[in-house]
Amino acid sequence: MSVLVLADIAATGVALATRQAVRAAQHWGLPVDLLVLGSTEAAAHAQIAGVRRVLHADAPRFAQPQAEDVARLLNSLAGDYTVILAAHGSLARNALPRVAALHDVGMISEAVALLGPNSYQRPIYAGNLLATVDNRPGLQILTVRASRFEAAAQGGQAECVAITAPAADGRSRVTGQKTAGGERPELGSARVVVSGGRSLGSAERFHACLAPLADRLGAAIGATRAAVDSGYAPNEWQVGQTGTVVAPDLYIAVGLSGALQHTAGIKDSRVIVAINQDPEAPIMQLADYSLVADLFDAVPELVRHLHTEATA
Amino acid sequence: MRIIVSIKRVVDHNVQVRPRSDGSDIDTTGVRMVINPFDENALEEAVRLRERGIASEVVVVSFGDATVQESLRQAIALGANRAIWGQAPAALDQLAVAKLLRHVAQREEASLVMLGKQAIDEDAGQTAQMLAALLDWPQAVAVSELAVDGDTLHVTREVDGGSESLEIRLPAVVSADLRLNAPRFVKLPDLMKAKRQTIETLDCAALGIDLTPRVQRARVETPPPRPAGQRVGSVAELIEKLRNDAQVIA
Repeated sequence: MSVLVLADIAATGVALATRQAVRAAQHWGLPVDLLVLGSTEAAAHAQIAGVRRVLHADAPRFAQPQAEDVARLLNSLAGDYTVILAAHGSLARNALPRVAALHDVGMISEAVALLGPNSYQRPIYAGNLLATVDNRPGLQILTVRASRFEAAAQGGQAECVAITAPAADGRSRVTGQKTAGGERPELGSARVVVSGGRSLGSAERFHACLAPLADRLGAAIGATRAAVDSGYAPNEWQVGQTGTVVAPDLYIAVGLSGALQHTAGIKDSRVIVAINQDPEAPIMQLADYSLVADLFDAVPELVRHLHTEATA
Repeated sequence: MRIIVSIKRVVDHNVQVRPRSDGSDIDTTGVRMVINPFDENALEEAVRLRERGIASEVVVVSFGDATVQESLRQAIALGANRAIWGQAPAALDQLAVAKLLRHVAQREEASLVMLGKQAIDEDAGQTAQMLAALLDWPQAVAVSELAVDGDTLHVTREVDGGSESLEIRLPAVVSADLRLNAPRFVKLPDLMKAKRQTIETLDCAALGIDLTPRVQRARVETPPPRPAGQRVGSVAELIEKLRNDAQVIA
């Protein structure tokens, strides 16, 4: 028996998350096959070290793959595998539970550690707690948080095998796609996030204060639930347990106290900076670097410093 | 068109959850419980579809012990026409819930089942997709805009790095993203009225459905704490630390 990894979709080449998922797949000590949707990138995927075979299904519909079709394809292959695994991307999140249900097996979402053949660790309550979960023996279906796994090296020579996909489902059709963010990166995957709370005082001041800093750092802008409820920022900027969970390299929390649902959603950030007038605010305890200051002085000064040094 | 909305009763997002001392589960004694926030978005959208005359009835369902009736009454106060309490052991996994929802969707001859994109306790995000597969219906997951045109849904849904527009044919399963709408607040008189409404009870154990959890929780723990932070005295010092110690800015 062996492990099947569903490759992440990258615009071109191999997504880093796919190489990380391949490394995770080696946990079982079984041969690893990689399923690639479309055929153009099959050769590139064959160079990932530790991959036995690259299965590629070529059909026009896989240019914009839908969960229903990908689940059918995975179902047609499942009989040969002990484990079906993918990075926790949107396609895998949508397709893998369908496969699990049709096989009457459970699924593990976003495992951060693999502990045994059917035992996993995964975050619950937006990362506030870690759960160890046991899946019933038999077919294992899971997504992994790719960033927790080292990327498999290059230099493999997997065999490429073309496979035939089952007939299209046809009841669901993509009519458009939009990349978020405009000039700013997308909140969920940004390397830097600058977030503001209700202390910003108004939508105008929220934007006037945070946009220059975000622009300077190439950051996405986030907001607390309170700031969103007060109308300072749109709903899609909400960071936290009930909004978007983020894990950037740098998270700058400006004028926000650190309500639980917010801190739950930023816990996995590498470095957290808090700027707040209240030294006792919960966010100041969580932050790696905290600065007690009036945000309307400190943020413009931060932008000025970054500019001066950039041009020096 | 009849819409089923599935709601889950979860710990309020403002509560700091803690493991029990033996690590077997979460300690929920005396903790405030609410309707899962994303399920509230699903319910709000269903009620709006009824208010616009597109849906004829919104039926809300929740599985668990007697306490879920409180959430169901709140859902009625928020506009659901009627409620079904699926009397079931607390430890249902996502697959078991999907199987029960299939039963309800088929019995009620629903055209649309709506639920949140995930529950904020388990964060699994699986139930909608599992249900869609069991019913052999198409799905739209993490939906932020929705319109109904005859037997076609036009939706926008959140995907990695952006959004995607889809047309899907009814019957279908839709899971709601936070951006879908802003749920209304419950009014006290509506809540009082909802208290008098009958909630139908469904004995889940008597349905002959295998509800044995496939995934079982062995242990719950607090993640390792972040290392203690440093207070900096000035913006200049902050920049110096970010550049030289943390190396997160150039």
